[in-house]
Amino acid sequence: MTQHANAVPDVAVVGGGIVGLFVAWRARERGLSVVVLDAGDDEGVAWPVAGGMIAPISEAQFGESGRRALDLALAAADRWPSAAQELGEASGIDPELRRSGTLLLARDADEAEALERERAFRVSLGLPVEPLLPSAARRLEPALAPTLRAALAVPDDHSVDPRRVVAGLRALLGDAVRGGARVASVAADGVELDTSERVAARRVVVAAGAWSGELAGVPVRPLKGQLLRLLDPAGPGLVERVLRFSTGYVVPRGDGRYVVGVTSEERGFDTVVTAGAVYEILRDAGELVPGIAELELEEAIAGLRPATPDNLPLVGEDGGLLWATGHGRDGVMLAPLTADLVAGLLAGDPPDAALLEVCDPARFASGPATRTAA
Amino acid sequence: MSAQEHLAAARADAARRGPFTIAGRELRSRLVLGTGGFPSLELLTAAIEASGAELVTVALRRVDPAARGSLVDVLAAAGVELLPNTAGCFTARDAVLTAKLAREAFETDWVKLEVIGDERTLLPDAPELLLAAEELVADGFVVLPYTTDDPVLARRLEDVGCAAVMPLGSPIGSGMGIANPYNIALIREQTDLAVILDAGIGTASDAALAMELGCDGVLCASAISRAQDPAAMARAIRGAVDAGRLALEAGRIPRRRYAEASSPMDGLADLS
Repeated sequence: MTQHANAVPDVAVVGGGIVGLFVAWRARERGLSVVVLDAGDDEGVAWPVAGGMIAPISEAQFGESGRRALDLALAAADRWPSAAQELGEASGIDPELRRSGTLLLARDADEAEALERERAFRVSLGLPVEPLLPSAARRLEPALAPTLRAALAVPDDHSVDPRRVVAGLRALLGDAVRGGARVASVAADGVELDTSERVAARRVVVAAGAWSGELAGVPVRPLKGQLLRLLDPAGPGLVERVLRFSTGYVVPRGDGRYVVGVTSEERGFDTVVTAGAVYEILRDAGELVPGIAELELEEAIAGLRPATPDNLPLVGEDGGLLWATGHGRDGVMLAPLTADLVAGLLAGDPPDAALLEVCDPARFASGPATRTAA
Repeated sequence: MSAQEHLAAARADAARRGPFTIAGRELRSRLVLGTGGFPSLELLTAAIEASGAELVTVALRRVDPAARGSLVDVLAAAGVELLPNTAGCFTARDAVLTAKLAREAFETDWVKLEVIGDERTLLPDAPELLLAAEELVADGFVVLPYTTDDPVLARRLEDVGCAAVMPLGSPIGSGMGIANPYNIALIREQTDLAVILDAGIGTASDAALAMELGCDGVLCASAISRAQDPAAMARAIRGAVDAGRLALEAGRIPRRRYAEASSPMDGLADLS
């Protein structure tokens, strides 16, 4: 682990977002020397605009790719309790994994019917969900509006605070994270920065989030999300569970803060916060939790999630590089799984073939929704 | 005119009009696909292929035309033509501005004009729609307006120079089918413009009915994008559009209140 200033590190991780940092941490735990090349400003990155939901069941989707995404999400969710504990103990910063469960909510008869389809689908997959009468849901969460029409409890879906996760990982990795290092090109044996400096490494992991497509030609595109952070000056307690509804969510943190979101916009690298998005997010959330109108609006931000054509990440080896990108809206949830898979490959463990096949970075080699020429 | 006569007239019209033509341009597919609501670009790609659609409509306000690897690239790779729409516009001014941005971004003067009057129902705002249509036609656009199923409004839209009319079957995304088939038949009957049933399709039979009523085409978005298997639903609706059109051209039998045996009863062998 001791590393001389001029020694070639075992691993260079391109990107200091939540996935890159998680990979670096797990690689270092395996005894590898690591450098993380981080562009250094958090402008437009994905993790600050993440709700931090660990929600495989709420997010289950129909169809074959939905099934594959569920396998990944369940494997990742299984890792979170121990990962959160280890990270908290090692870094001294508790990532605040809140295990208070999730409620899916319907505001009117139409949404109630749609929620029933979602319930039946989850039951058919054997996933634990429980329909609640509006009165029962409001006993659990008295801040919910009396107009609530239907609710579905998802007791196993939780949340974590991505800012605390990143703070913990940064504290642990220390000066292994090189801030202000903007990578211009990648190769199997190192990278070149935009200052023309070359950084050699035995292996290179691409974890460049929404910029992975521009950097390395993979089918990863930015998917803009706008999100609000609200603060209850009276402290926590307004809402205990994660609340999800057709157009967004309310995620409580432990300190009286609430993350309310979110949009999904195909706007390229645009990170402007718009009045319309702020209005719609507050309108919809306020319809379900009228009390949020009393909170302080602490922050309105936009970030770019790295989306792929099939909404599944690119994790594994291809073309001499290791890939840990394309996590879309699920980067926080999937980070511990991706980190284990990539660290395993770096350390030469027998690969987890089933999971790696799902996120095979070479799967878009042909077909219409594939790489786009510059 | 009785319902029967309407159908006969629609059939005669269909035969006279022949292929599906808008602004002098012949279109191969009578199914136009909307891109909203797909869970992933991969499922959108599969649905485009399964639908056989030639025209695919995109909300300019929801995409950045310059963003690579996104919707626009997927449509280009699928070889379909992009029809920009002004979804999300609530005034004639916004819609006209959006259409002009779309023309610049996508280099097409075709626009599916939407001017929404109410957030809850997303029904068209008739006076604003007419204003915007008139202005865009004057500016050289080929205007395809999303309109209510009001035959009078459809005629007014034709009067200001629209290239087609796109009446709703029922509200956007509702999947409630064709609420007033009589009005759709009236709109069909009074115009030589292409009539494209827009909004309300929930499943294949709704699309077949639209075509049997004499519509030239059907636009589908949510019915496909929010189905459990979007590609399979796209295939189903494509089949329904073809079937409905064929049924119209084939000429359905008159309805009657009493049975009429399909085989003559006279001259049967007495086998008892």
